[in-house]
Amino acid sequence: MKSIKSVNDFVIKFANVNGTGSASANSLFAKAIFRMGVPVSPKNIFPSNIQGLPTWYEVRVSDKGYLGRRGGVDIALSVNPQSMADDIREVEPGGYFIYDNTKPLDLRNHRNDITIIGLPLTRICNKEYDDPRQRQLFKNVIYVGALAALLDIDFKVLTGLVEDQFKGKKNLVLPNIHALELGHQYARANVECPIGIRVEHSDMVGDKILLDGNEALGLGALYGGATVAAWYPITPSTSVVDAFEKYAKRVRIDPGTGRRNYAIVQGEDELAAIGMAIGASWNGSRAFTATSGPGVSLMSEFLGLAYFAEIPTVLFNVQRAGPSTGMPTRTQQSDVLACAYASHGDTKQVLLFPSTPKECFDFGAQAFDLAERLQTPIILMSDLDLGMNDNMSEPLSWDDDRKYDRGKVMTEEELEAGTEFGRYLDVDGDAICYRTYPGTHPTRGSFFTRGTSRNEYAVYSENGEDYEANMLRLLRKWDTINEHVPAPVIVDCGRETDTAVLYFGTSEESSREALDYLAEDGIFMNAMRVRAFPFNSEVQQFIESHAQVFVIEQNRDAQLRTLLMAEFEFGPDILKSVLCFDGTPISARNIRKQIKKHLNGDNVLPLHRKASLSGVEEIL
Amino acid sequence: MSYQLPKFRHPELPVNDLGYTKAEYEGAISTLCAGCGHDSISGAIVRACHELSIEPHKIAKLSGIGCSSKTPTYFLGNSHGFNSVHGRMPSVVTGAALANRDLLYMGISGDGDTASIGMGQFAHVARRNLNMVYIIMNNGCYGLTKGQDSATADRGSASKKGDPNIYSSIDLCGTALQMGATFIGRSFSGDKEQLVPLIKAAMSHRGFALIDVISPCVTFNNNLASTKSYEFVREHSEATGTIDFVPMHKEITTEYEPGSSHEVTLHDGSSIHLYKVDDSFDPFNRGSAMGALEEHRNAGNILTGLIYMNKDSRDLHEVIETSQRPLNELEEVDLCPGNKMLVNINASLR
Ligand SMILES: Cc1ncc(C[n+]2csc(CCOP(=O)(O)OP(=O)(O)O)c2C)c(N)n1
Ligand code: SF4
Ligand SMILES: [Mg+2]
Repeated sequence: MKSIKSVNDFVIKFANVNGTGSASANSLFAKAIFRMGVPVSPKNIFPSNIQGLPTWYEVRVSDKGYLGRRGGVDIALSVNPQSMADDIREVEPGGYFIYDNTKPLDLRNHRNDITIIGLPLTRICNKEYDDPRQRQLFKNVIYVGALAALLDIDFKVLTGLVEDQFKGKKNLVLPNIHALELGHQYARANVECPIGIRVEHSDMVGDKILLDGNEALGLGALYGGATVAAWYPITPSTSVVDAFEKYAKRVRIDPGTGRRNYAIVQGEDELAAIGMAIGASWNGSRAFTATSGPGVSLMSEFLGLAYFAEIPTVLFNVQRAGPSTGMPTRTQQSDVLACAYASHGDTKQVLLFPSTPKECFDFGAQAFDLAERLQTPIILMSDLDLGMNDNMSEPLSWDDDRKYDRGKVMTEEELEAGTEFGRYLDVDGDAICYRTYPGTHPTRGSFFTRGTSRNEYAVYSENGEDYEANMLRLLRKWDTINEHVPAPVIVDCGRETDTAVLYFGTSEESSREALDYLAEDGIFMNAMRVRAFPFNSEVQQFIESHAQVFVIEQNRDAQLRTLLMAEFEFGPDILKSVLCFDGTPISARNIRKQIKKHLNGDNVLPLHRKASLSGVEEIL
Repeated sequence: MSYQLPKFRHPELPVNDLGYTKAEYEGAISTLCAGCGHDSISGAIVRACHELSIEPHKIAKLSGIGCSSKTPTYFLGNSHGFNSVHGRMPSVVTGAALANRDLLYMGISGDGDTASIGMGQFAHVARRNLNMVYIIMNNGCYGLTKGQDSATADRGSASKKGDPNIYSSIDLCGTALQMGATFIGRSFSGDKEQLVPLIKAAMSHRGFALIDVISPCVTFNNNLASTKSYEFVREHSEATGTIDFVPMHKEITTEYEPGSSHEVTLHDGSSIHLYKVDDSFDPFNRGSAMGALEEHRNAGNILTGLIYMNKDSRDLHEVIETSQRPLNELEEVDLCPGNKMLVNINASLR
C-alpha cells in the first residue's frame, strides 16, 4: 500500500454526532492550522436536528490557498458509529482512517488500502472523568490533541488558542489543555507520529482572518447605518441578525440616556419582517431583513410593492437547499430566479453576489447606499456555505471619511424655497426621482405611496399611458442601476483561448482551483465572477468574446445561465452548465470533471445520470 | 380618478389654534359610493385632527387594501400616505413608527383587511402595543371585491346577495383585548358625536388604540337582513356611556356633576370625561370589558363607546428602549463605529 504523503495539503473530515460539543473542538483544530500560517477552509455539514443525527466537519488545508472543496477525503476521523461505514468508504486510497477503537471496528468495514488508526477515546475519558457531560465534551478535545501529534501540529499553538479562547478563565483553560495533552501523549506513545500527512509552519495566511459570512453581514449592516432590523428566524440566516444585535449592543447604546440607537423586531412571519423594513425605509431609516428561500417566497408580494413604489429595501438572502425541512441546513444557490424576478407584474430586482466574508461586509454596507440611491429593493445573495462556515478572508476595513449616500431626498429647505416636487418626476434624466420623508414640511412635499398606478405627482391614476410611462421609466432606471452595482471580476488566463468559465458567490474558490487543474492538463480558460444583477455590459462583452462559456452554479436548473439567456439572448450553444445541487458546496474535482466531459464531446447524458454525476461522489 | 379639492379659504371659516381651517385637513374628493359609511369616518377623522390642532404633516396615514383602505386619499391631504398591501398595514406602520417615533400614526383598515388576511399582523401589532391609532371601517363584507361576507359578518346576517352567513363572527374588539391592545373603542359611522371624541382620545393615548367602527356598505350590505345596516346598528347600539375629550391646553369650563363622571388623564396631558351608563362596568379592567362585550353580544346588541383603556400603557418604544431621538435622524457619528473597532475585530479572528 502506498500511503498519501503531503505537507500542508490535505482534506480531513470529522464525523461526529450532532449536539455533542464537537463544533468548538473541531474549530480549534482548524484555527490551530490557520495560526501556523497555513490556509484552511472548514465546512460544517450538519443535519436539521438539534441532537443525535450525524454531522460532519470537513477541513481543507492548502498551502496553495485553495479554499473551496477539493473533493475526496485524505483523513477521516470518526467518533460516530452511525456513519462509520460510509466514513471509511469515503477515504481516498492511501488515506487514513482514525476512529475510537474502544469498540473494535466492524470487520466488514475494514479496508486494506488505507491506514487505520485506533484511539481508545471513550476508554481514556471514562478513566479520566466521572461526569458524563465532561466525558462527552473532552472526548472531542482529546482527539484534537491526538491529531496534533499525528499531524505534527505545533502543540504550543493549540494551547495558546485555548488560552485566548477562555481568556482569564483558568478553570476552563487548564482542563482543556489537560485533555489536549491526554490525546497528544496517547498518540505519541502508541502510534508512529507523524503520519505521512503533516502540517508545517508557513506564511501563506498573511493578515487574513477567519470569519463567517453572516457575522460579516451583520457587521456590514451595522457599519452601513441600519437602525431597524426586522426578521423571522430561519436557518441559515438567523445569525445575521444575531451578529447585528451583538455588535449593536456594544456600540449603539446612547451614552447619555442608555437608550438604543437601533431597533430589532422579531416579526410574526417574513411578511411582517419585510413589511417593517419597508415601512422604516419609507420613513427615512436604514432598515433590513434577513431570510432564506421560504421567507423570500413569503416576501414576494411586498418586493413587488417596493419595486413599484420605489422604496429602498435591503434583504439579505442566505440561500439554502430546497423547501421546508430535509435540506435546510445544506447549501445551494437556488433562489437566483426567484429573487431576480421576485413578485407579480413586471419586476426586476437588484441582486448582489458576495463570495467572501469581506465582500459580505462590503456589500452588506453598500446595499444601504444602493437601496437609497436607486430607491428599490437590494437583495444580497449569500448562501449557507458562505454564511455559516468560517471562511478565510481579507480583513475588514472601513474608510472613516466615508459618508452614507442617502440618495435623492428633498429637504424642508428645498421645499420651502419652492423647488418643484413630483414623487415620480424624473427631473435629471437618470430615471430616479426625489422623495420626501413624512413630516418634512407642513404644506409641501407630502405624497401618497401606493401599489396602484399614479402619475408623476403620485396622484392616483388608472390611465394606461401613465402606467406605461412609469414602467418605461423604471426600465430606464434599470440602466442607471447598471452603472452603480459592483462590476464583475475577470481573470485572464494569459493564453489564447475561446473558452471561459463564469461563476458567482461561493463557487469561486472551487472554480479557481478547477481551472488550475485544467491548465495542468493543457486546457486554458478565462474566468469571470459576476457580482451583481443587472449584469453590466462587461458581462455581455466577456461572453461574446468566447465561443463557449461554462456557467458554474449550485442549483439544478442552471438559474444564472437562464438569467443570462433571458437578459442577453445568448443561446445554449454558447452557455454550458456546470452544476452541483446535492446540498454540499461544489468541489473543484467535480467542476473539472464536468468541464472535461463537455470538452470531450460526451456531454449528452440522460438527465437522471447527469444529476447523479454532479453529486458529492467523486470519480477521478 | 380623484383630484385635490380647490382650496378657497373663506375668511369666516373657523381656524384652529394653529391657524388652519378644516379644509387644510381634508383630502381628495372621495370616489366611494354615495352614502358609504367610510366617508363619514373620514369626515370624523378630519374633524378630530382639526379640533385637536395637530399639524397635518406630523401625521402619517397608512392602510391596507379595500374601499376602507382607499379612504386615506380622502382626508389629511398634507400628510404622507401609504396604501400598502392587503392585510399588511400593521407591519408597515410598525417599521415606520420604529423609524420616527415623533409622528402620529393613523392606520386604516377594513374588516376583510383586518379579520381575515391581516389577522396575524393585527394580533401582533396589538400585542406589541405599537403607538398608533388603528381604525377598522367595519361593514361585514368585502366592499371592493363586490360584497362577499367577511369574518365579522354575524351568523345569520345576510348581505344583498341573500344567503345568510353560516359562520360565527369575529369580534375585533374582543380579539384586540385578548391580544393586548391598550385602548379599545367601538363606534358607528353614523354617530359623529361619539366617534370624534373617541378618535381624539385614541390619538392622545400612547400605545395601540383600536377603534372598530361599524360602517355600512350601502351597495352590498345595507339591506334588511344585514346586521351591519344603518337601521340595524341604530336600533341595536348600546353605548358604555358618553365621553368628552378635553385637550391639555383647554381649560375645563363645563361643570361636571361629582360622582357621575370619571376623569382620566391621557399621556399627553389631555383628559377624557366619561359618563357611564352602567355603574358595574369598568373600562379600566380587562375582565370587565370582556364581560361587557360578551353580555351585549349574547343579547344581540352592539356595545359602543370606550370599551377598554390601560392607563399604564407602555408602548413598543418604551419596551425596547429605543432612543428618544427618532432613529431616522441619526447620522454617521451615531451609527458607525469606525475602522478602529474593525482592527480589533480582525485581530480577534486570527
Ligand atoms: C393579496 C390580495 N388578495 C386579494 C385581494 C383582493 N381584495 C381587494 S380588497 C379585498 C377585500 C377588502 O375588504 P375590506 O377590508 O373589508 O374592505 P372594504 O372594501 O369592505 O372596505 C380583497 C379580497 C388583494 N388586493 N390582495
Ligand atoms: S362598495 Fe360598499 S364599502 Fe365600497 S365604497 Fe361602495 S358602499 Fe362603500
Ligand atoms: Mg369590509
